[in-house]
Parts: sequence; structure tokens; C-alpha cells
Amino acid sequence: MILAPVVIYFLVMGAVHNINSAGTKDINKPIPWLIIIAIFTPIAIGLMIFGFYSLKGEYDQLPERSDEL
Amino acid sequence: MIKFLNLSVCAQINIFIVIITKQTVFQITKFFMASTDVKGIGKVIFSSSLGTLIEWYDFYIFGMLAKTISVQFFPEGNDTAALLSTLAIFAAGFLVRPFGALVFGRLGDMIGRKSTFLLTLVLMGGSTFLIGLIPGYKSIGIAAPLLVLLLRLIQGLALGGEYGGAATYVAEHSPSNRRGYYTSWIQTTATLGLFVALGVIMAVKSNMSDAAFTAEWGGWRYPFWISILLVGVSVYIRLRMNESPIYTKLKKAGKTSVNPLKESFGHKANFKMVLLALFGAVMGQGVIWYTGQFYAQSFLENTVKIEFMQNREILLWGIGLATPFFLVFGALSDKIGRKWIMLTGMLLGVIFYRPIFGSFIKDTNVKEWMKNAEVVSKEINKKMVIKVDTIHAVVTRFTITNTSIKWVLKDGFKFVENTKDTAVQGSDGVETLIKKDSKPTYTDKILSTPLKWKFIFLVFTMILFVTMAYAPIAAFLVELFPTKIRYTSMSLPYHIGNGVFGGLVPFIATLLSASFVNDPLVGLWYPIAVAALCCIIGALYLSNKIDKNIMD
Repeated sequence: MILAPVVIYFLVMGAVHNINSAGTKDINKPIPWLIIIAIFTPIAIGLMIFGFYSLKGEYDQLPERSDEL
Repeated sequence: MIKFLNLSVCAQINIFIVIITKQTVFQITKFFMASTDVKGIGKVIFSSSLGTLIEWYDFYIFGMLAKTISVQFFPEGNDTAALLSTLAIFAAGFLVRPFGALVFGRLGDMIGRKSTFLLTLVLMGGSTFLIGLIPGYKSIGIAAPLLVLLLRLIQGLALGGEYGGAATYVAEHSPSNRRGYYTSWIQTTATLGLFVALGVIMAVKSNMSDAAFTAEWGGWRYPFWISILLVGVSVYIRLRMNESPIYTKLKKAGKTSVNPLKESFGHKANFKMVLLALFGAVMGQGVIWYTGQFYAQSFLENTVKIEFMQNREILLWGIGLATPFFLVFGALSDKIGRKWIMLTGMLLGVIFYRPIFGSFIKDTNVKEWMKNAEVVSKEINKKMVIKVDTIHAVVTRFTITNTSIKWVLKDGFKFVENTKDTAVQGSDGVETLIKKDSKPTYTDKILSTPLKWKFIFLVFTMILFVTMAYAPIAAFLVELFPTKIRYTSMSLPYHIGNGVFGGLVPFIATLLSASFVNDPLVGLWYPIAVAALCCIIGALYLSNKIDKNIMD
């Protein structure tokens, strides 16, 4: 649960530090960062939800039949 | 054997492709010669795998020819073209692939597997062929990069829909005790697609000059054109196949999903399993897959500086020798379960990546080569560039000398030493060296035969980890979700795991290398950390039990 906001924080800080109009690498361009942060934010939220469910013990007993899903 | 090792790279590749093709034909013939049931499943596997292989081939050739494509469609100095180029690279892999998983997953659960993965194949093949037909930037201006971007996005969309369809289709035809083995054929396609793409590009490239290959209508277009033939054959075969029997039964009973997206991600119980699949299996598998197959290649080329053709040769051998293990681990997963095979592959990557990549650097230390091997020949080339600059209102002439020395050592080692010295010309015409290059760079390294085989073994080992982590994943994902929303539910985590987590390996590696410049292996911490986290989550929460009944 804690990892997700940490990942987003590092991504945003990485973008702030590395975007540089004089640079030539991909990490210096804004577009890759925008795409990566846009796609990673819902993934990080998913990771938080996963952490929350696992703390609640919801994965201790996995469903064995499809009608349980 | 020794004679074979001495053949040219091109000849080796041709022989290699023949061997692989013969092996594949032999395996397929075995299927068709067996009992009627197996004959049926053999056709199902062949038609599904061939199409998926072609889709991977189509997706890879764009990446592999990126430099040439960039020159033709995204010329330097044009900001719009540069922006479109970045979008073509990042949006296709990160945004459009997962989106394609949702679009085609939904379609596959609503109208059927067969029609959907037929559509993805046509879209992929059509886009690839059309990329090969677009005139360069010089001929049609900004329309060229725009069209390439559009077709690349369609490619990403189609790739997002293909895998889930093929894996589901094969799994829904398979008996429960052979599901891991039969679906592992689908798992070979991502690696074989890379193998075929590498082979085709190298075969075309080695039969023409560099200028003929990179010209506007040059040889780089052939791999794109070849795609239409491959897709034509595959579409013909797929058209003759029937819909998945499990899905047909479901449809007849009127039990197909009306809204697969809502049922997959809106229902808590199923959404929980999507998250578990992503964070407990596919995320780690994605980084292991990418590091073993792609990062290794780019590391050998850009960091270790191995010569272009020898680098490809090492990769081809590594892939060729490791590919059969997809089938071995797929079959093994039917006996001992999927979980521990996948997690072992990830764990081995976590443990061995740094030693393996460290060995790549240590073994290619040119200073060590020079200490231990006699010099056979040394060819010096100098290029001088005169640069005139005004410093403090005084016109100053600089002479920049680029020296490249081609070294050949006794054991078969070869490399090029590059230095760049700067001298300033005084008013009396005498040149004074003001900047002597004390840190020469070493490029185009060619390894001795024993060292080349050591590198092949190391690449093979990393692809072996890929086969462990990747072979059982299709069966594992299929067994996790119910038939009516299987295509949607398994496609999204798969493409986030492979496309996003795996695809980020080079970007994060560049980011880490820029921050920690003294450690050439620092880029590996990303795949190691993701695989380690996935291993822990998987070990804690995944079940090793094989779901015998996927009919529900």
C-alpha cells in the first residue's frame, strides 16, 4: 500500500529532474514521462488496492470455482 | 562442428533457420500423425501459434529497424517529427497495447475468440505491410511520420488483442492434463517471432550494401513486405478453424457476458484475481522476459560494444537453444503445477542477473585482452577536422584528430580503439596539443570463439529463466478466470505486465544510469526489484493447484 505512492512520487520527481530541452535522451523528453505517469498512476492505485485486500486477508482463501467470482 | 563454427554468420543463420524449421515441421508432423484427437489439437496449436508468431514478428521488426525508420520518416532537426517518433515508440507499447487488450478482450468475450483474433491478425499484418509502402519524409513531408505513427498505433492495438485470444483458444481446446504443454506452444511465439525477425533482417542486410539497405525504397522495407505473405497464409489457416468448443457451448446456452469490462473489473471478486495475476505473476514475468531477450541485446551492443553481427549471432544461438525449454516447462507445469516454475524463473533472474551482466563487462576488458594476447595486426586511420573559433576576439584554429586503430589479437579478439585529440595552431603555424584523449573508447569488439560461446551460454541461461517464468503463464491465466470473461480478464494484466513493466526496462535503466554513472549494472536494479517483489507476492498468495475444470 505504501509502495504505490512512493513509486508515483519518484516518477514525478524523476520527470522534474530529468526533463531538459537541451537533452537528447528519452528521459529528457516530456512525452515519455507523461505517458508513463499516465499509465502508471492507475497501476499504482491497483497496487494500493491489492495491498489493502491482502492486509484484510482477502487472498488467504482463493476461489476454487468460477461461480465464486 | 568446427567447420560449422568457422562459417560466416549469414551461412550459420541460414543453417540455423533450416534446423529450427525442420524441428518445428517434425514436431508438427508428429502431432498430425498421431491420433485423431491429437491431430485436431495439433491444427489448433499450429494455426494459433503461427498467427501469434507473425504478430510478434511484425511488432519487432519496427523496433529493430528503428534507426533506419527514423532516418526515413523522422528526420533530425524537425521537432514535429521528433515528437511523432517519441509517440510511436512510447504510446504503442505503453498506452495502446493495454487498450487493445480491453477492446479486443471485450470483443472476444462477446462475439467469440476465433473472429477476434482473426481481426487482430489482419490489422497487424495490414499495418505492417502498409508501413513498408509509405514514401519517406523527403517525398511526402509530415504526412509520412503521421501515417507511420497511425499504423504503429494500430499495430500496438492489434498486439494487445492477439495473445489473449490465441492462449484462450488453445487452452479451451486442451485436455486439463496437457493444458500447460499445449499452451506453451503459444508461449514460444514471442521468442520465435524475435528469432524470425532477427533472421530475416540479417539475411536481407547481409545480401546488400548498407546504402542499398537504408535507401528510401531500400532493403529495410522487405521485412515489412514479407509480412503480408505470412499473414495471408495464417489468415487462410485460421479461417478454416472452428470456434472454441467451450465458448460455443456457452454461447448456445446464452450465457456469454453482456458487459465483459464491467464483469472483469467492476466485480470485486474477479478484480481481486486480476490484481493477483498482475502483481503476483505477470509483472515479474514481464521484466524477466524483457531483460533476458531485449535488455541483454542492447547491453551487449551499447554498453559492452560488441560488434553488430556477432551480437546478433550470440542472441540467435541463445534463443535457438533455449526455445525448446518453453515446451519442457509447459509440460512440467502439468505435472507439478504452474506457480513454482514461474517463481523459480523469476528468483533465478533476481540472483543471477548482476553476476551474468558483470561477467559481460569483465570478460570484454580490452586492457586484459592486450595483456594476455599477442598483437597480430594494427591498422591506424586518422581523420582531421579543422575548426575555426573566435576566442576573446582572436581567431583561433583548432585541429581535431579522430584516430581509430583496428586491433587484431592472436586468439581471435578484434576491436577498434577510438581517440579524439585537440590541437591549437599558434600564430607561427605550429600546432600545440591542448587536449590529449586519455580515455580511449573501445568499439566493435569481436570475441574469440571460446568467449563467444561463453556469452552464448550466458544469454541462453537468461532465456532459460524466461522460459521458466513465461511457459506456464497462459495456462495459469486461463485457469484463473471464468470462460465468459476470460479473454478480457487475462489480456489486460498480461499486457500491463509485459508491455508496461517489461517495456519500461530500458527507460528506467537509462534513468538509473544517468543518476548513478559509476555503476554500469545499475539499470538491473529495476527488473531485479520488480521480479523480487512479484516473487514474494506470488509465493504468499498464488495457488499451485491446477484448475482441472475451465468449462465453467
